[in-house]
Amino acid sequence: MQKQNHAVYKEPLFRVSKREELSLWRAWLIRICAILISLIVCAAVIYFLTKLNPIQVYEAIFEGALGTEKRTWVTLRDSLILLCIAVAITPAFKMKFWNVGAEGQVLMGGLVTAAIMIYAGDALPSIILFPVMLLASALAGLLWGFMPAVFKAKWNTNETLFTLMLNYVAMQLVSFCIVFWENPAGSNAVGIINSITEAGWFKPLFGLTYGWNVIIVLVITIVMYAYLKYTKQGYEIAVVGESENTARYAGINVKKVIMRTMAISGALCGIAGFILVSGASHTISTNTAGGRGFTAIIVAWLSKLNAFVMVLVSFLLVFMEKGSIQIASQFNLNEYASDVLTGIILFFVLGCEFFIHYRVNKGHRKKEN
Amino acid sequence: MKKLICLILIVVIVFSFTACKGQTQEEKSSDGISGGSSEIAGIAVEDLKVGFIYIGDENEGYTAAHYYGAKAMQEALGLKDEQLIFKWNTPEDEKCYDAAVDLAEQGCNIIFANSFNYESYIIQAAKEYPQVQFCHATGNQAKSSGLSNMHNYFTSVYESRYVSGVVAGMKLNEMISEGTITEQQAVIGYVGAFPFAEVISGYTSFYLGVKSVCPSATMKVTYTNDWSSFDLEKEAAEALIADGCVLISQHSDTTGPATACEAKGVPVVGYNISMISVAPTQALTSASIDWAPYVTYATECMINGEEIVVDWCRGYADGADKITELNESAVAEGTAEKVAEVEEAIKSGTLHVFDTSTWTVKGETLTSYQDDNGNEYIYDGYFHESELASAPAFNLIIDGITAIE
Repeated sequence: MQKQNHAVYKEPLFRVSKREELSLWRAWLIRICAILISLIVCAAVIYFLTKLNPIQVYEAIFEGALGTEKRTWVTLRDSLILLCIAVAITPAFKMKFWNVGAEGQVLMGGLVTAAIMIYAGDALPSIILFPVMLLASALAGLLWGFMPAVFKAKWNTNETLFTLMLNYVAMQLVSFCIVFWENPAGSNAVGIINSITEAGWFKPLFGLTYGWNVIIVLVITIVMYAYLKYTKQGYEIAVVGESENTARYAGINVKKVIMRTMAISGALCGIAGFILVSGASHTISTNTAGGRGFTAIIVAWLSKLNAFVMVLVSFLLVFMEKGSIQIASQFNLNEYASDVLTGIILFFVLGCEFFIHYRVNKGHRKKEN
Repeated sequence: MKKLICLILIVVIVFSFTACKGQTQEEKSSDGISGGSSEIAGIAVEDLKVGFIYIGDENEGYTAAHYYGAKAMQEALGLKDEQLIFKWNTPEDEKCYDAAVDLAEQGCNIIFANSFNYESYIIQAAKEYPQVQFCHATGNQAKSSGLSNMHNYFTSVYESRYVSGVVAGMKLNEMISEGTITEQQAVIGYVGAFPFAEVISGYTSFYLGVKSVCPSATMKVTYTNDWSSFDLEKEAAEALIADGCVLISQHSDTTGPATACEAKGVPVVGYNISMISVAPTQALTSASIDWAPYVTYATECMINGEEIVVDWCRGYADGADKITELNESAVAEGTAEKVAEVEEAIKSGTLHVFDTSTWTVKGETLTSYQDDNGNEYIYDGYFHESELASAPAFNLIIDGITAIE
């Protein structure tokens, strides 16, 4: 018997095969199941590690992120910025241009905004000041995105390294400027810029403190969605991303597309820096971007570069971050606790994509009779 | 089509910015009036809520010291756990403002914040919540902000640094008499965070403490430009040791220097917390602050309906400063007796740390020092540190100290 068994062709325990397109509702059913399972696993982890009631911990996370109107707005403000950066890097990634330099592009936009606030904040009337800050920050980001694109297009340099290195250049530039702007002297920090005159701060819109943040980011998101989906340029980006040779064969000027797309991507990152400094933090430091440029890459890929899914994903990530502050304060749980939870949730959300795209069959071993 | 959208957008943006401008100016002028009045009525102990914004958590010495102070206040006044709300690991950016606003919205009557660069964010929150009292440790802008609910506090930590310097000086003397080093080799290395008054005042008082018992000692200072970086502080300490320093002290928040010293076999004087667990054979003691007296005082003011002083600074005499336990296996013989003697002299006011007869700048004894506002600090033969404002003001590099920036 045993010998025979070996001779027979060995079936694997599981067989994986590609699925045909799943219907939309079934795909979403799988995703919702994945989130539910991840919440159950999180609950088990919470209980076994801390002996706390998981339901209370979930409540605290929710309280921390959306418990009061103020907290909701802070959560919203930070998700909007993350969303803005994610949307900004989308065209580059769609083109398979690995722009890991969003961090630096955002920082450059923020730096230029801070400079204008400091030097011209009180001199210029708002009607000129804000368009100038918007344009200048976009230009600064554009420059930081355009440089690696030119080198990529002309000499085929590696864009990942180039954009990554530019992040550090941007950080050094910020450190350099802080030497001149630090307040109070010796603190190595800029503090709140124009804290008395509030010049260069976003004004409330329709009575909402962060009204402008909402408007600008939503406009960028919608325009980007339309740009990628309905315009000729958006189509060119998709073709270059799929295959440069095909694009060339179809008569697309690949170099031009690369440079143009990175200019747009960088400029939008710069605007994100403008919103960050003028509309939220009112200061500049090497931590102003705070790793958002990298988190945004996760957001963009988790959403499969779909601008509207990004709204959900960036909200989820910021929601967990704000919740973590609350569980740290309420249960004395270290903030890393929520990183563990976020990790578990992401693991399941990413993992379920596998089951959406592939079918897993049990390998049918031949029964021997 | 796209150009049209762009055009519309720009027009909308420009219009709304100008439309809102007039409105906010009106709001501001009304704010100014309401912010001025601050009649505080006493709050019953059971209704009190106290908020804390911390740069780190219990694993970090500086914040741990603040936390112990808060817990001591809780015990002294009999507050329940849920009356104290802590915000841990808060960065020095808008997140500090968010935290302050969130605590105020949760109903905190008084909020303590412990890091220097929080100040502008705390002031911003203090403007928006005039009925909440904000107390900011180590800061110096409460008075100039003109807000009646904004307060600074610190302790005369230079006193505990001086005492810890005496402990270090005794150790140097022991090393000299044992022949391990010569008098000229008595060089101390000091790991500082930032080159400004708080740090300079700290290392000067430490050095004066050393010199009071070991006159030949000199000191080298380097800066990490970071309050709390284990790696940077450890590397800085290693570099100082390689440069010939035979004893290390620090003004930074981690156990990095102590770790380096234990490995290299160099005595070390720490800050905030006892370093004996990290450097069992080398840690002598640590200069430390007890924050409980202030936190208790300020919270009691809330209960009694009294005004909190704008600048609070007390020292050894009020129990706000101390050194941590002496490491009997590392300190020189007779240290405990000497420390007790010096502490007594500081408490009774017979010993002034910045006595001008003990230090010179470029070979000269100073008789006058004025800050930017023209306040005179030197009279009666000593520099009156922390008497005009709670934040340290001494920022002179005295002879015997080499600062490497």
